[in-house]
Amino acid sequence: MAFIREFGCWLPEHVVTSEEAGSWVGCDAEWVRNVSGIEERRFAPETDTVAEIAARAGADCLERAGMGAGGIGLVIVASGTGERAFPGPACTAARLLGAAGVPAIDLPMASAGSLFGMALAARLAPAYGAVLVIGAERMSRVVLREPREKGVAILFGDGAGACLISPDAGQAEIVDSVLASDGAFAEDLFLENGAPLKMNGRSVILHASRKIPAAIRSVLHRHSIPAADVQAFLLHQANQNLMDKVAATLGVAPERFFSNIRRYGNTSSASMLIAACEWRRQEGFRAGAPVIFAAFGAGFHWGALLARGV
Amino acid sequence: MDRRSRLIEIIKKVTKKDAIPAADESLFDSGILDSFALPDLVSALEQEFSVQIPDSDLNPRKFDSVERIEEYLDSRA
Repeated sequence: MAFIREFGCWLPEHVVTSEEAGSWVGCDAEWVRNVSGIEERRFAPETDTVAEIAARAGADCLERAGMGAGGIGLVIVASGTGERAFPGPACTAARLLGAAGVPAIDLPMASAGSLFGMALAARLAPAYGAVLVIGAERMSRVVLREPREKGVAILFGDGAGACLISPDAGQAEIVDSVLASDGAFAEDLFLENGAPLKMNGRSVILHASRKIPAAIRSVLHRHSIPAADVQAFLLHQANQNLMDKVAATLGVAPERFFSNIRRYGNTSSASMLIAACEWRRQEGFRAGAPVIFAAFGAGFHWGALLARGV
Repeated sequence: MDRRSRLIEIIKKVTKKDAIPAADESLFDSGILDSFALPDLVSALEQEFSVQIPDSDLNPRKFDSVERIEEYLDSRA
């Protein structure tokens, strides 16, 4: 068994409005809002590394949990924007957290990385003890690369989210998860070192619109839980229109889908845990109530995780 | 109603636009279809023509014009 003990997050102070981001690519703020739901996003200082912002989110999570770094048994850091091919940010983030010596694993996965990290952590926690899962992204570096493309420049922001998964106690039990990957579509969304992000937006939306609801239905079906009984859906904050479409496909009121994309944009692998952190502060787990985490991203990788409030 | 007429009715219903596209006209380039209506179009095609479109066939180019959709449906027949 494994439990979600706490969430944490870190967001930069510098706000970039959709007026500003739209101006880079000849679009107005209303168009940006219509196609994405985004009104602003945040950019980290240029000198901040992925490891540093990952450590800040991790420290926030540990502080909220009332746990020192000595209690961590394993660190997992998901990021698609690490500064170098190796080593990834996980070992540095762990050291910055005061957890040098603890095994630290990188998941070089955009968007779905935190979900995969949580699912892996649920399996690893009984063996390693408390697992700190972090999603951290410096997407502003990608956004600002020339040539700037309309579908990319307006979409992304920086941030980091974290989740502490414990083998023995927490706010919610991780009940089950469904993960999937299909490399047939790897060319539809990819980022090469130093190059602009390449995205076939139509393909991404088409696949995400079908795969996310299918994964959610699959994990709920295993436990005979109707979608209408789910307390909250905490998704990768990719695009407001996509989240609304997933809600409609599942026949669930969109209000059940927690959303903060309006303020932070798409922060890739960080977004689901940042959303979870804010949701926890505003609402939080109810005893016995199911909560769904879900994500889709480059690869394609996608999946859903079912938790139930303790 | 023949298949093409049914197809055009589906496109009009999904896109909520009355424009009737030429058979070889790109539904995306003409502004008739956008990224978020495409999944609805694919689902409507499955329902109307009783076909299961596998994920491996989810390539937007296959659904970019009336002719291409017809070609795809022929391939599934």
